[in-house]
Amino acid sequence: MYRYDNIDKAFVADRTAEFREQVERRLAGEITDDQFKPIRLLNGLYLQLHAYMLRIAIPYGTLNAAKLRKLAWIAKTYDQGYGHFTTRTNLQLHWIKLRDAPQILEHLAEVEMHSMQTSGNTIRNVTADPYAGATADELDDPRVWAEAIRQWSTLHPEFSFLPRKFKIAVTAAAKDRAATKIYDIGLAMRRGRNGELGFEVMVGGGLGRTPYLGSTIREFLPTRHLLSYLEAILRVYNRYGRRDNIWKARIKVLVASLGAEEFGRQVEAEWAKADHERTDLPDTELARIRAEFTPQFETLSPRSEALERAKAGDAAFARFLRHNVHPHKAPGYALVDVSLKTPGLTPGDITSEQMNVVADLAERFSLDELRVNYNQNLILPHVKLDDVPAVHAALAAAGLATPNMDLISDIIACPGLDYCALANARAIPIAQHIAERFADPVRAEQVGELKIKISGCINACGHHHVGHIGILGVDKKGEEFYQLTLGGSGEEDASLGQMLGPALPADKVTDAIEQMVEVYLRERKDGERFLDTFRRTGVTPFKEAVYADAH
Amino acid sequence: MPMRIKLRDGNLYPAEDPFTALADDQDLVPGDVILSLSRFQAEGDRLLSEGRAVGVRLKSDEEVEALAYDLPRIAVVALEFPKFRDGRPYSSARILRERFGYAGEVRAVGDVLREQAHFMLRCGFDAFEPADGTGAQQWEAATRRFRHVYQRAADGRTPAFAEREA
Repeated sequence: MYRYDNIDKAFVADRTAEFREQVERRLAGEITDDQFKPIRLLNGLYLQLHAYMLRIAIPYGTLNAAKLRKLAWIAKTYDQGYGHFTTRTNLQLHWIKLRDAPQILEHLAEVEMHSMQTSGNTIRNVTADPYAGATADELDDPRVWAEAIRQWSTLHPEFSFLPRKFKIAVTAAAKDRAATKIYDIGLAMRRGRNGELGFEVMVGGGLGRTPYLGSTIREFLPTRHLLSYLEAILRVYNRYGRRDNIWKARIKVLVASLGAEEFGRQVEAEWAKADHERTDLPDTELARIRAEFTPQFETLSPRSEALERAKAGDAAFARFLRHNVHPHKAPGYALVDVSLKTPGLTPGDITSEQMNVVADLAERFSLDELRVNYNQNLILPHVKLDDVPAVHAALAAAGLATPNMDLISDIIACPGLDYCALANARAIPIAQHIAERFADPVRAEQVGELKIKISGCINACGHHHVGHIGILGVDKKGEEFYQLTLGGSGEEDASLGQMLGPALPADKVTDAIEQMVEVYLRERKDGERFLDTFRRTGVTPFKEAVYADAH
Repeated sequence: MPMRIKLRDGNLYPAEDPFTALADDQDLVPGDVILSLSRFQAEGDRLLSEGRAVGVRLKSDEEVEALAYDLPRIAVVALEFPKFRDGRPYSSARILRERFGYAGEVRAVGDVLREQAHFMLRCGFDAFEPADGTGAQQWEAATRRFRHVYQRAADGRTPAFAEREA
């Protein structure tokens, strides 16, 4: 993985020193809370319902053991001994004291981490395919380009006061594991006619109050021009994005109001005027970055006798293999999911002790690498098949081996009203109830792939619009209600969910999910996923089942 | 005479401001003036012919392209920050410097805070009217905060990727 050189280290050190001074000015009363707010928001520090929350950047979801151990130690020392992984692959600590924040940033800097640009109207932490460098279906390692974007976007002089926050995701695989169509800019690598690599550039995706899927404004951008083209998009947005209304300030609204074609024309015109050489990275720098992403795999047999033996005698392990272990590009290796979705617990939460377990496993068994995906789970990306039984045993002992990836209990949920000042309703207890109802792994497996996504408010941090079943918390005269949507997807077959009907009270949500699952099991043909059945039947049978009592 | 912070030879100094900023409804005064875009379009020719130095103040939603042909005779372009959050003037400044090669003064006016110093200097601003009571010394410190930068902008600093090549 990418390691900081002296320049990167000095940069983060300078930033940390600046923040320490700013906090001192605030604590000394030299600046007011109002004046301090934009400063802390440039460093990922939010004021929530009960305490400060620090959002720590995990660029393109890549970690190593030293980083995760440091996060574990920080969570134990300065917080309540746990952290929360988000749909943006960042880690949130929810119980931070302001006076500790500068010290925490110094500890983070020791392991080449920071919390810059995890908040505020800036280019946020860049995300990428969590299978990068490990999957056979990619054209290139997207982290090379994500790292280029990370550096380019860091304290960008022109784009640090955008109309609104701005998120970029990169994938180089046909299967979209980075949700690129719901990003402000989604970059999907393609191969051109002459064999050259380029990006399909999608702009204006996003969820929130008015959800949109991204529109392609360029089918093929040669990779070497990535940064100059991004700069052109950002310039058009910075100049012409709305600033009079926070709800209309995202780039999706500009793209929708101009039309993707006209927006694309303006970007092309801006790009044509720019001196690309000044912005695009030289080949030497790209080669330097690329060299950081070349793990050495051993030559192994594609079949592991040790794994086959373990599987034969152990139904739980076999189930783990079916759902949490995925093919790797190198023979004899696998990607192993670490489930942060134990039914009854908070999706995405992980204790310091668990972080240490995962860090040890990464170091011993996964070439010292780890990934975070937007489903709020972790991945050990390079595990030898021979080692999978040992990894499974260690994960199971730590409560991290629930074999439920992409199943009904692998629920995305934002922190909701339990933590967040913006929320209208709680998300975590809803996720917990549903997951507990479907905790039986045999039943969950029968139901198959079903992605439930829960947001506690219209800001949609829980991606509810693109859930196969989406759940949105709303406030009805002081009571928590939940609006259900069906048929969303955030992947290559992206679509926005369709409203099921009137919002339900909290105690009816799990029953409604179960009723819809029954409809699906009744209607499903030829092993269809829930999503496919819904797309075939439409909303009617689901609606009838859930609202039968009301008729 | 009112003061502003001015960049000279890579350093920031307090400097007297020879310009009078005129509101649209304000009577003309002798000497060098800074006018709104509309007033400049109406009165600029005449004032310039009188031998005065003339500057133009652009609101954040006014495009610098409107000044393209006048730039050689404009002494100051003052870019207004209605709120510090309004980032449009950063694009305007870079376009002035990098696209139009404007060599006159680019001044930050409005809600100008020292937390923005680094960004402003990088985008080509070379004069500042702070709204937070900060002085040249504090601005100097703020602009020297980062030993390295990651992008090429309007200030001529060498970005990290070029430093690494050297």
